[in-house]
Amino acid sequence: MIRLDKVSKQFRTGVFALSDVSFEVEKGEFVFLVGPTGSGKTTIFRLLTREALPTTGEIIVDNWDVVKLPNNKISHLRKKIGVVFQDLKLLMDRTIFENIILPLEVSGIDAIVAKKIAEEIMEKVGILSHKDKFPIQLSGGELQRVAIARALILEPDILLADEPTGNLDSTTAMEIVKLLSEINKKGTTIIMATHNEGIIEALSKRVISLDKGRLAKDTGARKKKETVSHLGPKSDNIEGEDKKLETKPRLEEKKEEDEDF
Amino acid sequence: MKTFKTTWRNIRRSPYQAVAAVFVMTLTFLFISFFTFLLFGSSKAISYFESRPQVTAFFKNEVKQAEIDSLKNDLMATNKVASLKFVSKQDALKIYREQNKDDPLLLELVTADILPASLEISTIKIENLSEINNMLCKNNLVSEVIFQKDVVSVLTSWTNALRSIGLGLIIVLSLVSIFIMVIIIGVKISQKKGDIEIMRLIGAGGWYIRWPFLFEGIFYGAVGAILGWLISAGALWYSTPFLASFLKGMPIFPIPLVFLFGLLGIEIMVAIILGTASSFLAVLRYLK
Repeated sequence: MIRLDKVSKQFRTGVFALSDVSFEVEKGEFVFLVGPTGSGKTTIFRLLTREALPTTGEIIVDNWDVVKLPNNKISHLRKKIGVVFQDLKLLMDRTIFENIILPLEVSGIDAIVAKKIAEEIMEKVGILSHKDKFPIQLSGGELQRVAIARALILEPDILLADEPTGNLDSTTAMEIVKLLSEINKKGTTIIMATHNEGIIEALSKRVISLDKGRLAKDTGARKKKETVSHLGPKSDNIEGEDKKLETKPRLEEKKEEDEDF
Repeated sequence: MKTFKTTWRNIRRSPYQAVAAVFVMTLTFLFISFFTFLLFGSSKAISYFESRPQVTAFFKNEVKQAEIDSLKNDLMATNKVASLKFVSKQDALKIYREQNKDDPLLLELVTADILPASLEISTIKIENLSEINNMLCKNNLVSEVIFQKDVVSVLTSWTNALRSIGLGLIIVLSLVSIFIMVIIIGVKISQKKGDIEIMRLIGAGGWYIRWPFLFEGIFYGAVGAILGWLISAGALWYSTPFLASFLKGMPIFPIPLVFLFGLLGIEIMVAIILGTASSFLAVLRYLK
């Protein structure tokens, strides 16, 4: 699904953000990307979405060679990858509903269908009651949910979450992780960058550690198969997973409904 | 539809810039409208003067009809005269009475005896007027010659000058409008740089981002054109009674509605071209 092969990224200042990093992530995996600030976590996300190009190395996302991808295909790549940005990147002059529906608008989905999908996903992440509010009116945890909803609305195969619990208290952070875990159970590949040791320990998932731009440790190299079997009952140990997300078939169903009309 | 909504939201959320853009466009189209009215009026005035007798010769009181007929033959023999019309003393009185029917005092004072008979002459070419004028001035039967060459030629040269100056000003104003619009839309793009970056990161294509800005330029242009036309047409409508009495006799007013609405249509088309050009330049400059 995702493959980084000897990827390096050197900034104009000469500093290496990444040095010779290689790893693979299988479809449906949940991977933690850990490391101190400046270790290259966000750079990896930027490279995966072609926000930046590597200095050397090869990046493959779902059989697409990201480095050689022509400019007119970048928007297609970005629609396949949902991103929860570290700074959320919500449009402050648009309501929560307008923010969440944006990827559907960008993809040219019919407005009525898009509205239904947006409302469904807002309900699933628990922010439907805030749909007409502006981002400034919401708490940190609620904003994270908005960012997750927006990242998921196009039902991407891959979700990149860049420190989605960074500014949250532990309870809210666990709620967010639970939400991501549920999404992963439905088949979405997730790479989550985090500093939070508690979260990493709470979920028995593959951990890729970075240090000063180098791959320091990859726990998944030996137990990849075990990790991929996320549909099994022992995928994680988060309690209280009463809310089930069924994001995958939804857009396809909507498209079929739309075509029927 | 969504693009229009986004365009409207962009306009609504930065009202001062929108007002500035519309104001500039309104000024441009206000000038274009007034200039068009002026050209329309002056071309009508030229046609009017060209259709009028270009030389009028007034005869002395003692002149006989046979002498006048002889002069007419001489004039026709030059092959430079398009038309000749003899106005007798009685005809002159009729014209005088018609022109002054609202002023009984003036009517009482004038009789046919004191009005001279005249010959109204139009030439085939305006250059021949001087020759006909000279011929009449030298004739003993003629007491006075009124020669309108100056009126037509002065009016023509004024209209030509007006056309050149007006076209020059329209080009300058249009360029100024385009530059100001480029700056205004450019500022808007710069203000929305963060939003544009976010939209790109979630997969928005280039045209999804560009269209609202292009429509914004078209909107400012069209609104400016409509406002400019409304103001100028309103001013024209308000001043029509005064202008009609001031330019008495000239068939300029009222300006036909077909002409006015035709002008509106053309102005809206020009506005769309100006708006598109300026927003396209802004998009090229600021949205790379």
